[in-house]
Amino acid sequence: MAKLKLASYWAAACGGCDVAILDVHEKILDIAAAADIIFWPIALDFKYADVEAMPDGNIDVTLFHGAVRNSENEHLAKLLRAKSKVMVAFGSCAHMGGIPGLANLFTREEIFKRVYQETPSTVNPEKIEPQPKLTVPEGDITIPEMYDTVKTLNQVVDVDYYVPGCPPTPKQIWNVVQVIVSGQLPPKGAVVGASEKTQCDECTRKKQEKKITRFKRIATAQPDPESCFLEQGFLCMGPVTRGGCETRCQLSGVGCRGCYGPPPNVLDQGAKALSAIASIIEAKEEAEVQKIIDDIPDPLRSFNRFGIPMSLITRKVI
Amino acid sequence: MTFEPKILGILCNWCSYTGADLAGTSRIKYSPNVRVVRVMCSGRVDPTFILKAFADGADGVLVAGCHPGDCHYIEGNYKTIRRVALLKRMLSDYGIEPERFRLEWVSAGEGDRWAQVVNKITEDVRKLGPAKIKRFGASSPRFLDRQDSKAQGPKTA
Repeated sequence: MAKLKLASYWAAACGGCDVAILDVHEKILDIAAAADIIFWPIALDFKYADVEAMPDGNIDVTLFHGAVRNSENEHLAKLLRAKSKVMVAFGSCAHMGGIPGLANLFTREEIFKRVYQETPSTVNPEKIEPQPKLTVPEGDITIPEMYDTVKTLNQVVDVDYYVPGCPPTPKQIWNVVQVIVSGQLPPKGAVVGASEKTQCDECTRKKQEKKITRFKRIATAQPDPESCFLEQGFLCMGPVTRGGCETRCQLSGVGCRGCYGPPPNVLDQGAKALSAIASIIEAKEEAEVQKIIDDIPDPLRSFNRFGIPMSLITRKVI
Repeated sequence: MTFEPKILGILCNWCSYTGADLAGTSRIKYSPNVRVVRVMCSGRVDPTFILKAFADGADGVLVAGCHPGDCHYIEGNYKTIRRVALLKRMLSDYGIEPERFRLEWVSAGEGDRWAQVVNKITEDVRKLGPAKIKRFGASSPRFLDRQDSKAQGPKTA
């Protein structure tokens, strides 16, 4: 059987997905036996020109991680889509926008002003900010243009499969590789490497009765290691997050943050989280309710930490 | 031509929908801008409905239910209060003006009040203008079909 041709690319990413791929440890040798990785910027020395020279559909599977937030990301998303048979949105950023997606609550102008002028340690009296093009005596220098809005991969190109997680766990990555190698691909559009149920299904913490009278934070209160976070008043996105990661965060003493994305048939993870958590608050009067929810510092970013570009509103109104 | 807001109204069957009906049978004249959807209880209203309404082009959303203490299902409207309180914070973080989304209690006998409520939200939203929400495929077939892992391919729009 001819070796599969794989590619792994990072767009607006942190590198964690690549680290997760390498975290399969010695199984990387099995991957190398079954596939040639013909484009992997973080690890191998192939160039964009190599990809441009390939015939269309040359790559069997591209694992595309990172969100699309500048012109380079967009160009590579479209290029790799053309050169690949199967395009996988790998990791939270490609799937949902991820942490870079939080930038959708600002404009590019606000971000640049903050980064290049307002931060305490910045000295920039001439208010110099990056420009896509600079003309110097030797010619023109260009850098990618940063867009106002972070997009998910499927808002830019057609995506075949989604592997959620920030990053996807090495165990699930190995499962995904085995599916690819077997050739038994699920129907297009499927979420692979994750369960069809929520985190609560896998979570071993004791669940009794949920009545929140006060919200607490890990920074200022000590959670009991045996019982459900929500019952104790600590935020946990478990009820609205797909399982498959073996509840590693909950086992480590923090509530789920929602990185595996919404369960099947949920349009907006943040809205569902809001609904679920509001339902279990124990208060009837508006003033009392307001007092309890004032203890949540930032509902939008807590309920929709990874998925703002994928959410129904996609970005702050501008 | 003046801007005519498109406002989605989600009304509970027992109190507010009946109240709106009473406004009709009493032949009260009021703004026609609220499109009404009937649910059994305001506690059924999922925040997703409101966000999807804005994503799909609504300029405003109005949720109406029974007065607290009068819910046909006893506790439903208390859940509504809690969800709306959190949702208002989320909407303001998204930059959606607070006047665009209202929760009102309208009883079955308050036909006049229903008309007042509709007129008020219509005028408030008219002053604000169209909601400027950009959707990057939020309701597109590609987005919807990926939710179902047994999808057979892109659904038609």
